[in-house]
Amino acid sequence: MAKVTLTIDGRKVEAERGMTVLEAARLAGINIPTLCYLENLNAIGACRVCVVEVKGAKTLQASCVLPVADGMEVWTNSPAVRASRRTTVELLLSDHPTECTTCIRNGTCELQALAEALGIRRVRFQGEKHGGVPDQSSPSIVRDNAKCVLCRRCVAVCEKVQSVKAIGPQERGFATAIAPPFDLPLADSVCVNCGQCTLVCPTGALHERDDTELVWAALADPRKHVVVQTAPATRVTVGEMFGMPPGSVVTGKMVAALRRLGFDRVFDTDFTADLTIVEEGYELVHRLQEGGVLPMITSCSPGWIKFIETFFPDMLPNLSTCKSPQQMFGALAKTYYARKVGIDPADIFVVSIMPCTAKKFEARRPEMTASGYPDIDAVLTTRELGRMLKEAGVAFDALPEEPYDEPLGVSTGAGAIFGATGGVMEAALRTAYEVVTGKTLPSLDFESVRGMEGIKEATVDLDGTQIRVAVAHTLGNARRVLEAVRADPGRYHFIEIMACPGGCIGGGGQPIPTTDEIRRKRIEAIYRVDRDMPIRKSHENPVIKVLYQEFLGEPNSHKAHELLHTHYQPRYQYATL
Amino acid sequence: MGKASLEVAQQHATGPAGPGGAGTPAQDMARVREIISRLRDRPAPLLPILQAIQKEMGWISEEAMVEVAEALGIHPSQVYGVTTFYTLFATRPKGKHVIRVCASAPCHVPGAGAVLEALKKALGVEVGETTPDGKFTLELTSCIGVCGVAPAIMIDDRVYGNLKPADIGAILARY
Repeated sequence: MAKVTLTIDGRKVEAERGMTVLEAARLAGINIPTLCYLENLNAIGACRVCVVEVKGAKTLQASCVLPVADGMEVWTNSPAVRASRRTTVELLLSDHPTECTTCIRNGTCELQALAEALGIRRVRFQGEKHGGVPDQSSPSIVRDNAKCVLCRRCVAVCEKVQSVKAIGPQERGFATAIAPPFDLPLADSVCVNCGQCTLVCPTGALHERDDTELVWAALADPRKHVVVQTAPATRVTVGEMFGMPPGSVVTGKMVAALRRLGFDRVFDTDFTADLTIVEEGYELVHRLQEGGVLPMITSCSPGWIKFIETFFPDMLPNLSTCKSPQQMFGALAKTYYARKVGIDPADIFVVSIMPCTAKKFEARRPEMTASGYPDIDAVLTTRELGRMLKEAGVAFDALPEEPYDEPLGVSTGAGAIFGATGGVMEAALRTAYEVVTGKTLPSLDFESVRGMEGIKEATVDLDGTQIRVAVAHTLGNARRVLEAVRADPGRYHFIEIMACPGGCIGGGGQPIPTTDEIRRKRIEAIYRVDRDMPIRKSHENPVIKVLYQEFLGEPNSHKAHELLHTHYQPRYQYATL
Repeated sequence: MGKASLEVAQQHATGPAGPGGAGTPAQDMARVREIISRLRDRPAPLLPILQAIQKEMGWISEEAMVEVAEALGIHPSQVYGVTTFYTLFATRPKGKHVIRVCASAPCHVPGAGAVLEALKKALGVEVGETTPDGKFTLELTSCIGVCGVAPAIMIDDRVYGNLKPADIGAILARY
């Protein structure tokens, strides 16, 4: 790469040709404030917060879209730059509800942080405000255009990362709104509820639906036996809500914290992740041996499920019929567990702690009531759990580490890695290998399916049978894999898809900020959890064995199918038309 | 009456509002598909297709936008975004005649506001609405380029300038 030398704030800075001034400045340790900019995804010069003064230029330039040039002289902190930034942010604030103290993003809002950083103490402008009523149609995501600053980061992630394009800029000028087409409510749009938009939204314009009140009410109801399950990815992220560094493993503290909130039993989604592996592993072996539909594709990620229903309905037979671990847990809590403890399932209230906004949608699906009761009664994201714990005054850092309750809290390392891209595949391979070959795996670590690469491929030797597998994370990569399968149906035997970048550790319900660097740290933590578990293969989970003996019979039995499997329906992209 | 109001014939992209929904829904969609197949191989075909649908159908329905999106391999949210960006595209059927009142500063200063009020009163509708008889739709527009005869309005592709509120009755009577 050719190098150029430019001067930023009087310092000589070397940069690669093709870089922007913003990138060159950051490399040199000079932090230019931004608002609409999102690394690798959104550099559109829209918000004008990142303006800089360039010698010889008539006007201030947006540094996020300004390429470096040899000999360029840039000032990032001149009086003209500061005055312009201040005016820009004041104008944004003049059309923003200043309800910071009651906003869901209080403390994590980038507009708030920017106003603070620029020392804005009053807004000189008064004018028309957008106002309007938030769109609360979706079970997962609330869209509040009154707080939108039109940065288009949500549009970029929805289009470029997820290839969903549920929302875009509509109308023009002051009337511009980021919305689904045709004034559709979000619930009737093609939105798959992944919540990646809520991670990149700088303000409270897009956020998770808050279901904490439902859970507080259940906890306060003496007739309810309230049980909670924690998704694999939450044990490596909830600490971030309390200022712990990304990658902190807080499994035991989270269990203790949930007990402090008053849950009657603290169980683990990792347990039903193990169960999913056994059910899905046998389903895969059955399909391979009996000529079933291949490739088989995993079905744990509810954003992915709505995506395939909407955009690739012809490929629904490729989906594993297994419910997700969340739903399997609920189905068992209200049958097997209810019977075991002698509690009427009508009195059992099942809460999930999930890294995911789409899990809220999944829990409400009409398919998910096989026991005669809804599998799941309330879903909280990692962020909502963090807020509940703060409200309850739980001193998270100081908590002791406590173990999960039995029986539904017993799990293996294979269940834990469900939280990262490649983890379901790796867990499945550990079980499928031993089930098919009857041998013990020489090494449990399938490195080729780990990591942040968008689409990973591997061939696994199951005692002479070559199984071709693929792992994709983000729905854009899922789309690429499905198109490859359409072109060449024999290309793979088994595919894992997770809707969110990095898998569930990067889910739409995770702490803010969630960046690629933070995702990597969380993934490392997940594999540390796996490494430190005494048992690392799902089929060796002792409680899973007991569950089959006492209740389910055998994998893929009639009862297992009734409670733990389901089918999905094609969706029209625009049901209202 | 003061200075005579100025009338200028002027061509613009959309022409007069056409007979929206003139056929059955199936016939309308057949026309949309015919327009798409005629123009889809042009470079950057989205705007020409939307212009043709607007011109021939008088408005662009949601069904038409979905059809265009599918034909061009883009998403309806993008087609809807473009359609709603340009004020000369209509996403609802309009009246037989569309009145556009210039809302830019050079018309605002010499009294476009009073002209607009006179139009609202004469038609009995607010901006964005269509008269119950389906004859007129009242809209605002940004500058139409005849600032020399401000305040000005357009009715379909005809421009009227140097207007006073008292002129409105006689102008509407022509339609």
